[in-house]
Amino acid sequence: MTFHDLKANRREILTSVGAGGLTLAFAMASKAEAQDDGLKPLNAYVQVAPNGKVTIQAKNPEVGQGIKTMLPMLIAEELDVAWEDVVIETAPNDPKAYGRQFAGGSMATPLHWEELRRVGAVARAMLIQAAATAWNCGPGDCTTAPGEVIHTASGKKRTYGSLALACANVTAPDPKSLTLKDPKAYRIIGKPKAQYDVAKIVTGQPLFGIDIRRPGMLYATYEKAPVFAAKVAGADLDAAKSVKGVRKAFIVEGDPNAFSPGGGAIGQGLMPGVAVVADSWWAARKGRDKLNTKWAEHPTSKQSSKLYAEQAKAMAAGKAQRTARNDGDVDAALKASAKTVEAAYYYPFLSHANLEPQNCTAEFKDGKLEIWAPTQFPEPGRQLTAKTLGMKPEDITVHMIRGGGGFGRRLANDYMVEAAWIARETGAPVKLLWTREDDMAHDHYRPAGFHYFRGGVDAAGNVTAWHDHFVTFGEGATPAPSAGMSGAEYPARFVANCRLEVSSMPLGVPTGPLRAPGSNALAFVMQSFIDELAHAANADPLAFQITLLGTKDVVGEAPAAYGAGRMRGVLQAVGEMSGWANRAKLPKGEGLGVACYYSHLGYFAEVAHVAVAADGAVKVKKVWVAADVGSQIINPLGAINQVQGSVLDGLSEALHQAITIDAGRVEQSNFTDYPLMRISEAPAVEVKFLKTAFPPTGLGEPALPPAIPALTNAIFAATGKRIRSLPITPDMLKA
Amino acid sequence: MAYTLNVNGKAVSADVDGDTPLLWALRDTLGFVGTKYGCGVAACGACTVHVDGEPMRSCQIPVESVGKAKISTIEGMAAHPVGKKVQAAWMELDVAQCGYCQAGQIMSATALLAKTPKPNDAQIDEAMNGNICRCATYVRIRAAIKRASGQKEA
Ligand code: FES
Ligand code: FES
Repeated sequence: MTFHDLKANRREILTSVGAGGLTLAFAMASKAEAQDDGLKPLNAYVQVAPNGKVTIQAKNPEVGQGIKTMLPMLIAEELDVAWEDVVIETAPNDPKAYGRQFAGGSMATPLHWEELRRVGAVARAMLIQAAATAWNCGPGDCTTAPGEVIHTASGKKRTYGSLALACANVTAPDPKSLTLKDPKAYRIIGKPKAQYDVAKIVTGQPLFGIDIRRPGMLYATYEKAPVFAAKVAGADLDAAKSVKGVRKAFIVEGDPNAFSPGGGAIGQGLMPGVAVVADSWWAARKGRDKLNTKWAEHPTSKQSSKLYAEQAKAMAAGKAQRTARNDGDVDAALKASAKTVEAAYYYPFLSHANLEPQNCTAEFKDGKLEIWAPTQFPEPGRQLTAKTLGMKPEDITVHMIRGGGGFGRRLANDYMVEAAWIARETGAPVKLLWTREDDMAHDHYRPAGFHYFRGGVDAAGNVTAWHDHFVTFGEGATPAPSAGMSGAEYPARFVANCRLEVSSMPLGVPTGPLRAPGSNALAFVMQSFIDELAHAANADPLAFQITLLGTKDVVGEAPAAYGAGRMRGVLQAVGEMSGWANRAKLPKGEGLGVACYYSHLGYFAEVAHVAVAADGAVKVKKVWVAADVGSQIINPLGAINQVQGSVLDGLSEALHQAITIDAGRVEQSNFTDYPLMRISEAPAVEVKFLKTAFPPTGLGEPALPPAIPALTNAIFAATGKRIRSLPITPDMLKA
Repeated sequence: MAYTLNVNGKAVSADVDGDTPLLWALRDTLGFVGTKYGCGVAACGACTVHVDGEPMRSCQIPVESVGKAKISTIEGMAAHPVGKKVQAAWMELDVAQCGYCQAGQIMSATALLAKTPKPNDAQIDEAMNGNICRCATYVRIRAAIKRASGQKEA
C-alpha cells in the first residue's frame, strides 16, 4: 500500500499554524479510516513504516531550487528521525491537504519555516504518546532520540517503526501547543544535505517531464504563429500525415481569450496552432516540416523593438502618464544641487530558456484526464485546463514532475493545456514536447524597459534629488505582467525629493515573471544610477551607498518595510570580504563594483571584480556576496548553490542575453543567437551569510538582481565607461 | 529499418528512419532517457554521449551513420572506471540544481578525464565549454572535475 492510497481516506481538519497566521489544510487520519494492515499516515506529510523508514511528502514542485530536499528537512528535524531513514515522495497536487503548492517568489522558506517544523513536531508527539500508552506513563516521562522514543527514567526504548501501528490510535495534538527545538539542538537543519534525487540525476534515471512514458504513448509537436496568437489560415495536413509514423495532424482554433495583445497575461491559455502526433517525436517533427502553415494577419505584426525604443524616447520627452511617488520638490532640489546627472537606461526582453524545453504528457480516458507536468504551479494549470476543455477540475489529476529549470516560466501552464487538448483529440496518451525554437519563440518574456533619470548631489555627497520616468508596457494604468514598478522602489523614502513616474505603451508580446521579476531589471538601473551619483560626488561608491541608507534600522511599514540596517550590514561585510579598501591597487583595466538590492525578503550586497581588455572583452574575475536571509540557513549545500547560480545567471543576462522583436515576432531561435554563460566565463563566487535575528527567508532569487549592477559598476571603475544598456557588448567598451 | 547499435556494451535494435538522430533513437525508441534534448543544434551539450570514447552530440548523429561504433550513455557510466569516479564526485559536491544538463556534463567530464587525468583550468574550460548549465552550476562542475581527478578543488 502506498502513502497516497492511505491518504485517499481521511478526515480533513483545518488547522491554523504559525506566527504568520497561515491556514494550512491539514489532513489527520482518524481511527475509523484505519486501513486493513492498520498502518496509516500520521498526517498529510508523514508516515512511519514498521521498518523505521519515515516517508515524508514534499509538497512543492521541484525545478532545481532543492525544495524536495529542504522542506522535508524541516519536518524530519522536529520529528527527530535520522536523515538516512527518510524517504521523500513528491506530494500529489492537492491544495486541500497541502495549501498552495508552487515554486515561486522564493516563498517556500518564509511560508513553511514554522509550519512544517510543527508538522514534524506533531508527528513526534504522536509517537511519544503511543509509547507512553504502551508504557503506562505520561508523554512528559518520555523523550526521543533519532528514530526512537525513550523512557527517560528507565532508559527503555521503542523504535518509531515498532510504534507505527499503535499510532493509529493516537489523536494529533494541536500544533501550536508544542514547543519547537532550540536551534542549538538541530541535527538536520543547518547541516549540508545533498539533493534527495542526486543519485538519479548522476546516473540518468527517468526524472523529468520529458522522461515520462505511458503505455501506448504517442508524441506530439505543436506549431504556433510567430506573431503571438495569430490564427491558422491554412496548413497542409495531408502532407504532414504522409510522413511515416505520423498518426494525426490537426488545426487547433485555440481560445480567443488566451492572450490579450495589449498587455499579455500570465497563465495564457490555448493559443491557435497545428498539432502533429506520431509514433515518435522525430516523425512528428518531420511531419510538421511539411505543414507549410499559413498564418492570418494579426494586429501586432508591425511591432518591433526598434519601434518600442522610438516610442519610449518620444514618451520620455513628454509628460508622464502617472506619478507613482512625488516627495518634496525634485525640480527645485535639482537646481540647488552641487552636481546633477541625467541618464537614459534600457534593458531588453529576456527569455527563460529552461534547459528542458516545455513539455507535458496527458492521457484522456473515460472522461478523465491525467497529466504529468513539469510545472511550477499545478493547480492553476488544472483549472485552466478544465476551463479550456470544458471539464470539471475534479476530473483532472495533475502529477508534479521535476522540471529541468523553472525560473518563473513554469508558473504558466500553456504547455499543459496544449497537451491536454491534443491528447483528448488524439484519444491516446500523448507527450507534447516543444522544440527549442518553439520555446524561445513562445515564452512569457521578461519585459524590456526604459528609464529616464535625473539626480543631484550636494557638496557633502548626499543625494538631494532623484527622478525616474519609467517607460514600460501595459494597457492603460495596468502594467503588463512583471512590467510594473512600485512607488516604494529604492531609493524612494531615502531621498527627500523623489519623483517616480510611469508611462506605458501597448505590447503584443506575452510577458511574465523571470527569476526575481521586476528586481532583475530595476536593480540594474537603480543601482547603476546610484553609482553614477556616487562618482559625481567624488565619493567612495560603497561608503556612498551606506550613507544613502541613513541611520534608521527600518524605513517604512510592512509589507513595504525596508531593513536599512540589514542592508548596511551586508554592504559592510561585502566590503571586507572583497578587499574593497585596497581596490586602488588593481592593475589598469581592472575594477571593483558594488551594488545592493532587497528582494524576496532577502538583503544582498555584492562586489564584482572585472578586467576589461582593449578589445572591449569583459572578464569577471570574482564575485563576493554578503547575504542576510535571517537566522538560519536550512541547507547550506543547496543555499550556496542557489546563490552562486543566481549570480552567474545575472551575469549571463547582462553579458549575453536579449530577445528582440521584429515584425511582431521574436528574432532569436536557439542558443546560437541567445547565448548563455559557459564554464569558461564563470568566475568564482564567494558567499557569506550573515546570521541575524530575523526569520529565515528564501534564496531562489534575491542574489540575482545586484549581480548585474555590481558588474556594470565594476566596468565603470575599470574603464570609466558607463553601461546604460543591456546586454553589454565589446563595442561599448573598446579602448 | 532496424539498426543494430552497440549501446553500453550491448547490442540493441532500433527500428527507425536512418535520418533519425541518435538522441531520439536512444530516448524514444530504446528508452535511454538519461541523454537529454536541449537545443537540437549542437549548441548545448545536453545530448552528449561517447562514440568510441569521444564525446559527441547525439542530436547531430543520424542513426544510419553510427555503424559498429560503440555508444556509451549516462546509463553506462556506473560501469565506466572514470565515469563512476566522476559520478561520485558529482554526488559528493551536490553539483546539480535542476539536474537536466548534468548527464551531458558528466559525459563530457568523463571523456576529458579518460584522456587527461589531471586537467588544468584551461583544459577543463575547453572540454566543458560545449555544455550549457542553465542553472549555472559551473563553480561546482569545476570543483567536481578537480575532485574526481584527485586535484585541489579551489
Ligand atoms: S541537444 Fe544536442 S547539443 Fe543541444
Ligand atoms: S543543473 Fe539545471 S541546467 Fe544544469
